[in-house]
Amino acid sequence: MRKLALSDEILMTIEKPARYIGGEVNSVMKEADDVDIRFLMCFPDVYEVGMSHLGIQILYDMLNKREDTWCERAYSPWPDLDKVMREKNIKLFGLESQESADHFDFIGITLQYEMCYTNILQMIDLSGISVYQKDRKNDDPIVIVGGPCAYNPEPIADFIDIVYIGEGETVYGSLIELYKKHQGKDYDRNSFLREAAKIPGLYVPSLYDVEYNDDKTIASFEPKYDDVPRTVLKQVVTDFSKTTYPEKPVVPFIKTIQDRAVLEIMRGCIRGCRFCQAGAIYRPTREKNLEDLKRYAIEMIENTGYEEISLSSLSSSDFTKLPELLDFLIEEMGKRKVNISLPSLRIDAFSLDVMSKVQDIKKTSLTFAPEAGSQKQRDVINKGLTRDIILKGARDAFIGGWTKVKLYFMLGQPFETYEDIEEIAKLSEAISEEFFDAVPKDQRKGMVEVGASASFFVPKPFTPFQWAPMDTMESFTNKAHFVKDKFREQLNKKRLKFSYHAADVSLLEGILARGDRRLAPAIYEVYKNGGIFDAWGEYYSHERWMEAFEKYGIDISFYLTRERADDEIFPWDFIDAGVTKRFLLNEWKNAKKGIVTPNCREKCSGCGAARFGSGVCFKNET
Amino acid sequence: MKLRIKYAKYGSLKFIGHLDVMRFFQKAIRRAGLDVAYSQGFSPHELITFAAPLGLSVTSEGEYFDGEFNSVTTTKDMVKRLNEQMVEGMEVLDVRLLKKEAKTAMAVVSASDYVVYIKSGYLNDKAELLFNSFDAFMSSDTIEILKKSKKTEKVVDIKPMIIKAAVFPFDGIDGLSKEYLGERDHEKGFFMFLKTGSEENLKPELVMEAYCKFLDIPYEPHAFSVHRLETYMNDGESTVPLYMAGEMISDE
Ligand code: SF4
Repeated sequence: MRKLALSDEILMTIEKPARYIGGEVNSVMKEADDVDIRFLMCFPDVYEVGMSHLGIQILYDMLNKREDTWCERAYSPWPDLDKVMREKNIKLFGLESQESADHFDFIGITLQYEMCYTNILQMIDLSGISVYQKDRKNDDPIVIVGGPCAYNPEPIADFIDIVYIGEGETVYGSLIELYKKHQGKDYDRNSFLREAAKIPGLYVPSLYDVEYNDDKTIASFEPKYDDVPRTVLKQVVTDFSKTTYPEKPVVPFIKTIQDRAVLEIMRGCIRGCRFCQAGAIYRPTREKNLEDLKRYAIEMIENTGYEEISLSSLSSSDFTKLPELLDFLIEEMGKRKVNISLPSLRIDAFSLDVMSKVQDIKKTSLTFAPEAGSQKQRDVINKGLTRDIILKGARDAFIGGWTKVKLYFMLGQPFETYEDIEEIAKLSEAISEEFFDAVPKDQRKGMVEVGASASFFVPKPFTPFQWAPMDTMESFTNKAHFVKDKFREQLNKKRLKFSYHAADVSLLEGILARGDRRLAPAIYEVYKNGGIFDAWGEYYSHERWMEAFEKYGIDISFYLTRERADDEIFPWDFIDAGVTKRFLLNEWKNAKKGIVTPNCREKCSGCGAARFGSGVCFKNET
Repeated sequence: MKLRIKYAKYGSLKFIGHLDVMRFFQKAIRRAGLDVAYSQGFSPHELITFAAPLGLSVTSEGEYFDGEFNSVTTTKDMVKRLNEQMVEGMEVLDVRLLKKEAKTAMAVVSASDYVVYIKSGYLNDKAELLFNSFDAFMSSDTIEILKKSKKTEKVVDIKPMIIKAAVFPFDGIDGLSKEYLGERDHEKGFFMFLKTGSEENLKPELVMEAYCKFLDIPYEPHAFSVHRLETYMNDGESTVPLYMAGEMISDE
């Protein structure tokens, strides 16, 4: 029997001990002596969140398919266990072997959202190695990070050995082969890192120097040595249909956020919404082959026993074979009594028909993401959804029996005026009016409910809005109150609801998203003062962050509310994400003018992603 | 067709809660390809129900659930197919076909027996005292404990819920499989046969707590491991293990 890292006594005094015992169905056990490489794949959030993440399942499966590698998993210990581990000097451990982090060659950490940065420090620190990269010892495991936030890794660069830029499926093999060559008596960490920096997509922050101008902007960003590349090319899976996929994902014992089999159908998005970082960094859009997807769906269900399957992509309605795939799933999953959890789809006759087949209409709500209230503002953000489409969709749905509508908006967008945001309330009202107009009194099976919610816009790297000033906290609050008041003025105000997210977290997200290396000491300070699980409202302390910024003389307006010059060097400019800075700048200017850019299928706008040689940029999508 | 499935839960899986064990078996039945019956409606679920819930950290070789199946094969085949889908810490021991009119396991449970033992490294100086005074404790006429609920506190006599209890060497305990037990320094423990179910329910931990009080020593909950041996029902005449309500299915 496996011996657990934590004693019974500890496990019985913390919440949900099942988070830490491993041994789940399809988790992979190997003999440590039989492998050359031990990789600890970490998710810097609690188990239930991390286990729901598809990317980790893909990499876990891919690495374990190698005979020379054993990949294990670790998730951030919840604050109750975190405290015990510090008191009793227990190190972070792999769920599979239950052995501590010092047995591993690599500690891989995924960066999914900025608010998990303190948890990254938690996981590094609990691993028993120095938090700052420069202080690490020769034999310490290599800390490698990847994921969407790796597109601006600079705020945490000082803590990381290697940053993997792009999709994980491509160069881990080369990295492992290189490590095997260096392994052994004469192993020298620094020479290994120096060589690793030459693998495309791998960025070794310690090998670069940054200089600043008097106005605090970046003057230069240069490799320290001639053999270290100046730019790092994002990694893209070019043969997307043939790439590795986890047919046997790990099935947790406890309920997780994503408690189902997940089928990734497409990567990237053709739409080009100007606020959306995912839409830019996952370019070009690539689809999976229908027949492969059918096979994966059946295999995954048979290997996991899940009673539900869902589809994953940034915009599933744009998947060209969606009707065929859904027909297949409705038939095959129906036979197996497996529910289909639909992704959010564009509301039209097709999606309403599918939804009525697989969901209980009474219990589900329709979702629209207009993001902005006015057409002018939707043109600014390049959101190709019109008022007519929304009203028509809602009307058809009301006639079909739906009564609940959810609307997502963002406040604080560039060039937004109070007239624009007033339209949020008016659009919600118009939707409710469609209900009364379309459904005669005696046929109403319930009452219409329109729930609108607004989050605060955070400008992100590699989007056209990377030049944009972020709104101030004060302006956010004023705008939210204003919209709330406008909702109260509507005729059907009793049928409408408006809610908005807390602004302070968005503010921090804004600082970290476009931050640079000078933020590192403040992040460490917050961590030292007990800051972890910032993504969890109950653990987030805005004061703790603001005090840390103050202590290190960090002017947050520099990161947030300043408009950047067209030719400013950004901290993330060393990354070649395919999408060119010239294209993004052009988009920024088009936004100002309210000029709409067509989606990739209508017309290629020459963003630069075609250089990867695959996907939508070429006629025969693969 | 109704089946009653008996299983063991041990090792690290003692930290998996009751509801999660249900979810685990729902998936395992699907993976094993058994022909389980489903409820109607938009999100159909398997028609299975569990017997007596087992507390977190307790191991067992006498757990049960009942399920409705559209078709069945043999006991041997179904045990094998389910065991191919188990993980370390979970083992299917038996599958029995219930009579049509049989009540669910949950409804008929009346008792369970357990062995409570001292964990390795704990209570070294008190073990002898604990082993030697148990008979004296059990010969008390009443064993009173203070039962606290949210509002009230009342004194309850648990003695009538103890059917039998004594110190036994492990080798002398019928049906005990030592491979399911955790680390320990002594090859003996406290055997207890206790009432279980919705009407009267006594947990072995409570007996140990009362015992420590009787000895006037502090009760250390983490010092003891609890292992359930079997779950019983009352068939009208006598108390018998739950599997006795069903028949083995063989090839003939
Ligand atoms: S190169 Fe053209 S088709 Fe390809 S992602 Fe960019 S805009 Fe779309």
